[in-house]
Amino acid sequence: MIAQSFNYESPATLAEAIALLNEHGDEAKVLSGGHSLIPMMKLRFATPSYLIDINRIPGLSEIVEDVDGTIHIGALVRESQLEHSELLGRHFPIFKDVTKLIADPQVRNMGTLGGNLAHGDAANDHPAVMIALRASVIITGADGERSVPIDDFFYGFYMTAIQQGEILTEIRLPVPPKGTGNAYHKLERKVGDYATSGVAVQITLDESGVVTAAGIGLTNVNPVPLRAARSEEALIGKPLSDETIELAARFASEDCSPSADLRGSEEYKRHVTGVLVKRMIKKAAERAQS
Amino acid sequence: MIQCKTSKSIGGMGHSLKRKEDARFIQGKGNYVDDVKLPGMLYMDIVRSPYAYAKIKKINIEEALKVPGVVAVVTGRDLEKYNLHWMPTLMSDTQMVLPTDTVMYQSQEVAAVIATTKYAARDGREAVNVEYEPMKPVIDPFKALDPSAPVLRNDKPGKTDNHIWNWKVGDKEKTDKLFETADVVVKEQMHIPRIHVASIETCGCVADYDKVNNHLTMYMTTQAPHAIRTVIALVAGHVGLTEEKVRVIAPDIGGGFGGKVPVYPGYVIAIAVSFLVGKPVKWIEDRSENLQADSFARDYHITAEMAGTKDGKILGTRFKILADHGYTDASANPSKFPTGMFSIATGSYDYDTTYMECDAVYTNKPPGGVAYRCSFRVTEAVHAIERITDRFALEIGKDPADLRMQNFIKKEDFPWKSPTGWIYDSGDYHAGLEKAMKAVNYEELRREQAEKRARGELMGIGLSTFTEIVGAGPSKDFDILGIKMFDSAEIRVHPTGKAIARFGTKSQGQGHETTYAQIIAEELGIPAENIAIEEGDTDTAPYGLGTYASRSTPTAGAAAAMAARKLRDKARKIAAYLLEVSEEDLEWEPGKFSVKGAPEKSKTIQEIVFAAYTNHPQGMEAGFEATHYYDPPNLTFPSGAYICVVDIDRETCEIKVRRFVAIDDCGNIINPMIVQGQVHGGLTQGIAPAMYEELIYDESGNILNGTLMDYLVPTAVESPNWETGHTITPSPHHPIGAKGVGESPTVGAPPAIANAIVDALSPFGITHLDIPITPYKIFKALKEKQVF
Repeated sequence: MIAQSFNYESPATLAEAIALLNEHGDEAKVLSGGHSLIPMMKLRFATPSYLIDINRIPGLSEIVEDVDGTIHIGALVRESQLEHSELLGRHFPIFKDVTKLIADPQVRNMGTLGGNLAHGDAANDHPAVMIALRASVIITGADGERSVPIDDFFYGFYMTAIQQGEILTEIRLPVPPKGTGNAYHKLERKVGDYATSGVAVQITLDESGVVTAAGIGLTNVNPVPLRAARSEEALIGKPLSDETIELAARFASEDCSPSADLRGSEEYKRHVTGVLVKRMIKKAAERAQS
Repeated sequence: MIQCKTSKSIGGMGHSLKRKEDARFIQGKGNYVDDVKLPGMLYMDIVRSPYAYAKIKKINIEEALKVPGVVAVVTGRDLEKYNLHWMPTLMSDTQMVLPTDTVMYQSQEVAAVIATTKYAARDGREAVNVEYEPMKPVIDPFKALDPSAPVLRNDKPGKTDNHIWNWKVGDKEKTDKLFETADVVVKEQMHIPRIHVASIETCGCVADYDKVNNHLTMYMTTQAPHAIRTVIALVAGHVGLTEEKVRVIAPDIGGGFGGKVPVYPGYVIAIAVSFLVGKPVKWIEDRSENLQADSFARDYHITAEMAGTKDGKILGTRFKILADHGYTDASANPSKFPTGMFSIATGSYDYDTTYMECDAVYTNKPPGGVAYRCSFRVTEAVHAIERITDRFALEIGKDPADLRMQNFIKKEDFPWKSPTGWIYDSGDYHAGLEKAMKAVNYEELRREQAEKRARGELMGIGLSTFTEIVGAGPSKDFDILGIKMFDSAEIRVHPTGKAIARFGTKSQGQGHETTYAQIIAEELGIPAENIAIEEGDTDTAPYGLGTYASRSTPTAGAAAAMAARKLRDKARKIAAYLLEVSEEDLEWEPGKFSVKGAPEKSKTIQEIVFAAYTNHPQGMEAGFEATHYYDPPNLTFPSGAYICVVDIDRETCEIKVRRFVAIDDCGNIINPMIVQGQVHGGLTQGIAPAMYEELIYDESGNILNGTLMDYLVPTAVESPNWETGHTITPSPHHPIGAKGVGESPTVGAPPAIANAIVDALSPFGITHLDIPITPYKIFKALKEKQVF
């Protein structure tokens, strides 16, 4: 398990990093936490000639809330920061759910949210969470930054909206209104495994218990990270009931498109997806009400 | 409580001494093969086959030789010149070192790249271009004997099929007749999956041939250094490497579990290259190579049957096995036992009728059949008997604990001759199961289960009450390549009363440096902390067959006690001389001899040893040293009673092991803490094949889970809280009454877990599931029963 030879660059500024990316084009890959890229390089599935390590670039490792109610998460924020952030914990208990299911503490000390998304793998856990939380992704290039809604970010297998010469620099989350809860769970074969199926749910209830907003994202049951749109619609505008939850679960299991592998058949994955949607809606609703 | 005969400061048997070896391990100061770095050392990497069965048309090495740092590329044709392209297996079959014409399994060694750094070696490996002509492989062992199947070993003159051998034991006629007439007959087809030891340290070596002195030092990951030296001398004697010219050193080993018993092609290639170029050559497998190419374990397809009466008396068993050995029989069994100790499959139960038969076949899979933390196929045997016993209980509607109690061999009936001829040395199976049932509160659990079943919840309770057979073994039956399976100890006590002892075994984590010292401390009264233990260097240690099959305590541990007793006899003579009394007038207590009736007149062992060097009696040899080669009179038969409780999520089918109680009986206990550690590790390696691990191949022979991403080795997260305990039934024939424990939990745990899961699912008419039992497998089974 030894990577092919490569050149290593460690720029000190974002501008320098972008310049290097533009200079080396397809030959370059951005190194963030490295926990997806390095294993692929060791297996020689990825053979970049240049690694552009962005870890020295300042300003990408903070979690802050601005005055208009948006949370900014720097691309280099580590999983362990997400796990222990008091600010995130207040609004998003889902981060504790998800980070605890990602690999092990050593990996979480290195792996970053930005890298997890930029890898563009529907098997990763954060894409579904970001879908549920309706995040925006900030992408920076030579001409400045642009904001991409999460629904427009994932294109295909390992493909995202990030263009050549661009770097994912930040994730923005709208702070949800009162009465909101969120939750994530995945079924995994053992700790550190990719999900057999994973489900992220955020739900907002008004005082009478009617669902006013819902976000549901699915992990590893679709070629690209999937928003379970029909499931969301099944909930919105109605009081939460066993019937609406069942319907949302059924829609999710119908609308995903898992492929069979050692984790199980397509049928099993659809089945598990339905079960998890049901459970996560209930858990998110409990949190919304507490 | 364990009664100790020695004080804590002496630290003999029964004391939970902290492991002496851990000081270096926990500080990262162990010395493993990959830590060996020699001047001028070259590195080797291995090109492996992408196909399960293919003709090699051409190996293009030109591009590889252009990679900076690459020194040479070695192929089968190169080795053929020295007649080193084939080698014998431990089972007297033949295995390719490097192929000349045909590859027989995916990941087989095809060529070796030698370079000045390991990075260059890997780049060189990538640059070797091999042209293959793929052929249709034989993957399914059931199709291997089909007349239309290609004959895989057509290198063997006259070979016309893929059959390796047939083995049988027991009384076929009597057994068949019993099964025709018995009131109750149950039958299940089971697969004990192909798994891998996946030890933390992979295999590797540094072969260091010294041209000037014609001497080879071989640092390698081996559980049996002495046997390896003999094998090297037998194979390479014709080129001048006779046995005195070969030194094998097994430094610290990061887990063996049977996987470091075989000789792998990589070792042989490294030796050959070092011999040819006169420089040290290091070869260290990476994780995937280890998993994909090194010897597998298990892979028995067993048809298990049990006959009995309606009220639960077991009358007989019948086992028919198909063994998938891959392309060569590279099992690691004693020579006369092609199925190892499978014939222990009659279990812990008192009946006299059985018949067992096994056919072994070749397929296009990696060779092996190592005894993965198991005394030669005992895991397969115990799974078969314990599963079919539960199946029988289910059939007649009897509680499986009651059924076991009814059929256990009674304590007073030992030594007991099994229907396949083994003499079980001792046991108290009733006491073990009673203790386990009490620990889990068995009756309460059954009540809880009944309530949960009424509510549709899935809860299961599984038992495994197994008998192991370890400590191979008595020389009349046990040898490997003709060398009898004794083992040895040599004790040297220095003038100041401190000692060094050397052994023919080799610890891979078992804690020998502590437990052997405790045995000697027990016998001589020298504090265990003052006894250094050495193993693994063939130039210094006495000859022995190594550490596997739970044999170290039964053989080398016994040798330690016997050698120490020789020294105690000498000590008595010296004490009599010093105290001017006759030997009969002396009394021994650990650490000193005193005069009967005058306890103030005494000599400590340290004083006696000092005298052996400074003031020994005339006519007696000076010094204080002894060696013993122990040939055990019988095997030992540890046993255990395990109870597992599972809860299954009815929707996702996830399995939670709520409780696992393991009561082991390994006879007298040397170090309770080490025994408990062994049991914890073994149980975790028991849950592994029960719920997680299996090497899976597609019909083309591609391994589908050749990395630890998909070959699911359980971690601390997956491990339940192990609840352990013991009963003590000493072995009557072993010098210290010990039986060996390393493998009991690996052997005993899988059927307890499988029985618990099947018990949970039995209301749906499910009577058996093959391990590993995963949530997905349960989903499929329940789907078949129309639960979903």
